[in-house]
Amino acid sequence: MGMKRRAFLIGSAALLGAGVFTVHWRASANRSRAAALTTKKGESSFAGWLKIADDDAITLYVPHVDMGQGIYTALAQMCLEELEGDWKHVRVEQAPADIAFANGPMVRAFIAGGTKLPSFVASTADAVFGQAARWNTLQITGGSTALRMTGQFGMRIVGAAAREALLLTAAAKLNVPVSELSIAKSVITHESSGRSLRFGELAQQAAERSLSHAPTLKPRQQFSLVGTSPQRFDVPDKVQGKIVYGIDVQLPDMRVATIKSAPRFGDVLSSVDETPALAMKGVEKVLRLPHAVVVVARGYWEAKKGLDALRPLFGKPAANAEINQAIDSSETLFSAQDKALLGELETAIEEGDVASALNTPGAKRIATTYRVPFLHHASMEPISLTAHFKEGRLDVWGSIQDPLSARHRMALACKIDVENVTFTPTPIGGSFGRRFPGSASQLQQLAEIAPKLEFPVKLIWSREEDFSQGAYRPQLTSVMQGAVSGGKIIAWDQSCIADRNPSEAAAIPYTISAKRVRYVDCPHDFPTGAWRAVDHTQHGFYTECFMDELAEAAGVDPYLFRQNHLPENSRYRKVLDAAAQHAQWHERLTEGRARGIAMVEAMGSVAAHVIEVSWADDQSLRIDRVVAVVDCGVVVHPDNARQQVQGGIIMGLSAALAEQITIENGAVKQQNFSDYPILRLAQTPNIEVHFIETGSAIGGLGEPGLPPVAPALVNAIFSLTGSRIRALPLSINKISLENNSETAKKIPKNA
Amino acid sequence: MSIQFSVNDKPVDVDASPDTPLLWVLRDHLKLNGTKFGCGIAVCGACTVHLNGEAIRSCVIPVSAVQDQKITTIEGLAPAPNKLHALQQAWISHQVPQCGYCQSGMLMAASSLLSQNANPSNADIDHAMSNICRCGTYPRIRQAILSLLSSPALNERDA
Repeated sequence: MGMKRRAFLIGSAALLGAGVFTVHWRASANRSRAAALTTKKGESSFAGWLKIADDDAITLYVPHVDMGQGIYTALAQMCLEELEGDWKHVRVEQAPADIAFANGPMVRAFIAGGTKLPSFVASTADAVFGQAARWNTLQITGGSTALRMTGQFGMRIVGAAAREALLLTAAAKLNVPVSELSIAKSVITHESSGRSLRFGELAQQAAERSLSHAPTLKPRQQFSLVGTSPQRFDVPDKVQGKIVYGIDVQLPDMRVATIKSAPRFGDVLSSVDETPALAMKGVEKVLRLPHAVVVVARGYWEAKKGLDALRPLFGKPAANAEINQAIDSSETLFSAQDKALLGELETAIEEGDVASALNTPGAKRIATTYRVPFLHHASMEPISLTAHFKEGRLDVWGSIQDPLSARHRMALACKIDVENVTFTPTPIGGSFGRRFPGSASQLQQLAEIAPKLEFPVKLIWSREEDFSQGAYRPQLTSVMQGAVSGGKIIAWDQSCIADRNPSEAAAIPYTISAKRVRYVDCPHDFPTGAWRAVDHTQHGFYTECFMDELAEAAGVDPYLFRQNHLPENSRYRKVLDAAAQHAQWHERLTEGRARGIAMVEAMGSVAAHVIEVSWADDQSLRIDRVVAVVDCGVVVHPDNARQQVQGGIIMGLSAALAEQITIENGAVKQQNFSDYPILRLAQTPNIEVHFIETGSAIGGLGEPGLPPVAPALVNAIFSLTGSRIRALPLSINKISLENNSETAKKIPKNA
Repeated sequence: MSIQFSVNDKPVDVDASPDTPLLWVLRDHLKLNGTKFGCGIAVCGACTVHLNGEAIRSCVIPVSAVQDQKITTIEGLAPAPNKLHALQQAWISHQVPQCGYCQSGMLMAASSLLSQNANPSNADIDHAMSNICRCGTYPRIRQAILSLLSSPALNERDA
């Protein structure tokens, strides 16, 4: 399929291994390349990331795509904090999709001349970015890394290094020691002589200096811009419909194409009669791709009508198709997973003698099975990409989470040199992991379509195509066994399905003397990918639901039970305690109300949520309150940080309540939002977000708010009803929210 | 076939098949890309525009149905070129958007609500704001709308 994560990683490695795109990183060469791409006369570039113009204008080039995270503003804060630049003069642009702005080299080259990356980057903590940082041709937005990597190890250092260069330049010009100078708001002042110089007057000479790789960074206590909430740069355009997302790209003479791929994964296009489409007004071409049929027309509606008029026949590939006939549905996949879990397992974590601990005489032993479904990203902007192939050159525009490797993939697919391909990244109308190039079959499709046309062409997928050809969060199963004695866990034994070595998402934060996590792959042909918070979504659910079940078995309050298994003064304990405190955990709730708690570490941040539920009217559930406490190290932009966590919670609630992709007869059943209900405004509960700082390194924020939601909600429902939910979503357990006219059902108490 | 109507107070004359949804006439024929394609079946609301001041989902309205009618899109929501609609201003004050893709539709739905009901209750807001936002901007959307209730700024718009 080329869409599974493993295929993505191997595919990307192969790209490099082939030698075609191997880049020998030379810091100075790339810096001049970056500068050449971004600077004009009267502008001076610092390390390629930062530009100061003679008129004091400051421009930052951010190697990440805006998809709603607010990172442009926050990264500018981090840079200007160190630079002492004037916030009024700053603007941020997306860096071009060029090797000069690849994530790995930029950071590696600049931090101490290419020696060491921060450990979290290389660790498996970032399923996506951990790999990316080692490769040269990636420019990824993902893994909640923008601030903790580009910000912390890029923007701050560049800002500080440029500040030092500006100060040295000013000292030379004024012929005074640097120690007598002060710097603020883009002006350097020599107090005693009353002379001052603007950044714009110094930039040219300062940029010629060699920049320090290890400039002095401000200590946390001296931050004055980081920790405030200036208005985001992107908001005014977003309220006026002025942002040009990928789907909005317009080119002269552009045609629009739309596509229908084989509904059954792995099938190929056997035949199609083109005439019904070609007979329709506005339709210009019908193209056959190996797995799909494409209609090209003057506009989207004409293309769609043309496509709807076709009756393409899809079938199994002729020879030795490696199609997994046995697993052709969600149901058969779950059965296969159950079987696989009884077979041989690989060990990810093992401490102590779990087998004998489980059999400790007098201990209470429990065993449970948890299941999570495939999930769809369902980002609001449908999949779209625009390209123009002309005279051996390919120009591409669109919304992709890694425009640089997309550019390389397009070059490879069109068999042309990457220097003859441009990729202009656009802001993304929501992505959540959907638009990594390894999951983006639109790249390959357009590489096949564009060279066949004389005109620029914009490929737009219908929402039905988007649902049926996704890169889903995997459907998975985990079997948990544990034993408690004297109020403590004495054994924890997890066996789970994983299509790769479980990352740190499987790690258990709790102190348990005998614990084991084992896994086994259960291969299938359905495309999977990174979904917001990646593996933490399922592991958070398994671990935190099981903790609750163990607490019940031990007869201990679920919060206190967690607390008892966390070292005092640990980061986990502080976050958990803060959540319980903000949620008034110790105060008894009125009859008919209940709460649940869960804590998950993800992307370098720890989040603990308490969710309160009640019966709305004997028929449906009400979520009364969500209290979230997050430690993300440093909160750069508190207002945006709150919103990121809130957004993650809403997406987590939506998924937990009613989202699932099911596969029947090899194809996805859900075709649009009508059968994949997304949480609406009316169903959104009160959400309180609190941040605490425990002195930890800066962590990610786009994803960590999501994983604790499902377990906290399920634990609250147990507390309310006495029933354990072990398979998501809640809708399959006949539980729905009030204000949900589409799915509201009678819920029997103790269902 | 030729169909005439007005978009943002300007007359337009488009040559389109009568069944073409208004959404695609706005986007592909008139190059007004602020109105978004989301689902094509009137479920998500990303394509919301005003038909004679009332919110409709333009992905399922055939252009033939708006002959001689008055359409307003996000590009025409602001009362004057250098003056935003009170809701757009509130959206900025509350920093509502994340990815922003659904926000044109949200703003058109909210402005239609407020033009019909200057003091909507929370239940009214729940009912009118049924558009989907995948980023989860709902709490801020509610706050931004509530911030305008009985606001004199509202009276200046939609003359």
